[in-house]
Amino acid sequence: MENAFILSHIEAGVLTITLNRPDRLNSFNDEMHHQLSEALTVAERDDSVRCVLITGAGRGFCAGQDLNDRNVSVDQAPPDLGLSVERFYNPLIRRLSALPKPIVCAVNGVAAGAGAALAMACDIVVAADNASFIQSFCKLGLVPDSGGSWYLPRLAGHARAMGMALLGDKISAQQALEWGMIWQVVAAAELAGHTQSMAKQLATQPTYGLGLIKKAMYSSASNTLDQQLDLERDLQRLGGRSEDYREGVSAFFAKRSPNFSGK
Amino acid sequence: METPWILREQQQRVVTLTLHRPDARNALSTACLEQLVYQLEQADSDTDVGAVVIAGAARFFAAGADLRELQQQDVAATQLDHRPLLWQRLAQFSKPLLAAVNGYALGAGCELALACDITICGESARFGLPEITLGLMPGAGGTQRLIRSVGKSRAYQMVLTGEAIDARCALQAGLVSEVCVDALTLERTQQLAQRISQQAPLALRAAKQALKQAQETGLNQGLQMERQQFVTLAATEDRREGIAAFFEKRTPNYQGR
Repeated sequence: MENAFILSHIEAGVLTITLNRPDRLNSFNDEMHHQLSEALTVAERDDSVRCVLITGAGRGFCAGQDLNDRNVSVDQAPPDLGLSVERFYNPLIRRLSALPKPIVCAVNGVAAGAGAALAMACDIVVAADNASFIQSFCKLGLVPDSGGSWYLPRLAGHARAMGMALLGDKISAQQALEWGMIWQVVAAAELAGHTQSMAKQLATQPTYGLGLIKKAMYSSASNTLDQQLDLERDLQRLGGRSEDYREGVSAFFAKRSPNFSGK
Repeated sequence: METPWILREQQQRVVTLTLHRPDARNALSTACLEQLVYQLEQADSDTDVGAVVIAGAARFFAAGADLRELQQQDVAATQLDHRPLLWQRLAQFSKPLLAAVNGYALGAGCELALACDITICGESARFGLPEITLGLMPGAGGTQRLIRSVGKSRAYQMVLTGEAIDARCALQAGLVSEVCVDALTLERTQQLAQRISQQAPLALRAAKQALKQAQETGLNQGLQMERQQFVTLAATEDRREGIAAFFEKRTPNYQGR
């Protein structure tokens, strides 16, 4: 397909989404947002999809917003960047966190600006050893968006979040790992294979229950302990009614490996 | 036979009425409203019913009135419309009425939730009165009941912009009393209704009337009405049973007398 800025295919329960504008470091333009949105709709609606894997084509993961689309000369009125955040980036991040299925992110190269936020918004982030993360907004007079200012302090802590956001330094994958921003670093050559098999493994797990776990984790950000205890009770009630719970328990007692349906 | 737009189900003393017009996002057509009111009146006179829950679908509680019906009405027809009477009859329901809202409660759907005594909603719930965007305005209590529950500024904002509020906002504003996980909204509401339905029927009736008075009269008159209801209950067998059961540390056995 011409202008396929997003490639996607389903295999063994895994929907792989590849950001595909390699000559522009997979930076976003409006059309690419539309295509990503369609791919996410598949992830949301197709029950056969039980895990999502997001990665980038070429040497970068995602350089955030394509600035070629945002070139402003002195005599032009300033563009409403808030509008683009509201129309594209915010719904994207909201959908990723609300998706009741695990999302693995394979960061294959530089993840800058909204691209770094996109990676952090995924549930399990695995980076290639040559990948890097940059909070580039400060160099343009902008603010970390797409949840960047929310994820950073939570993942890396206040001091490191401030350093990254105000200085805009490039953070290596190893540094990101040590700071708790990501789950794993693997050799660049092994990234694709490793994340594929991780995603395939996740796709055989109790998807419904994993969705409940995601909900519990994300809700904890705004809940008090009391509210969270109530939520855990409710989610556990739902989990206990799932087919997979039944299967898991009976497999345990029969000393066999469970065969989860994801329901 | 008439298409049943309302599904009825009873568990012990709780009746659940589920709006069921999936093709029309549960839009409250006149026929649908008629059936709802009919079911409520049946439940009102049935001594085996203690409380009623109104529920919708997962994505829609009720997405408004039936626009095709409205489109066909001119001033004369609108004046003669008997929908206001239906809403009045609904408001006269004397037993506890609960709404379990998931998804959209818009326009008439929002007004229906407002007309219930207790509203519990799921996280996906959205409440709004978008009538203004169609060149009309709420016509079934929307402007009156909303402002009494959420206060002036938010009520004006909702009615004049037509923009919906989410579950969290509805909870803060007092439009709903609890927000729960979507999958448990109905269950939680039925659980509450179950608990309520086990109380003395006459006490429930009197308490509901007293609460309704609070919106209709000044404080002094309201306090008098409350006192009257309180005194009336003094003559009931259930009141003696309730207090006796408390002292004897047992569950009361109410008879509705």
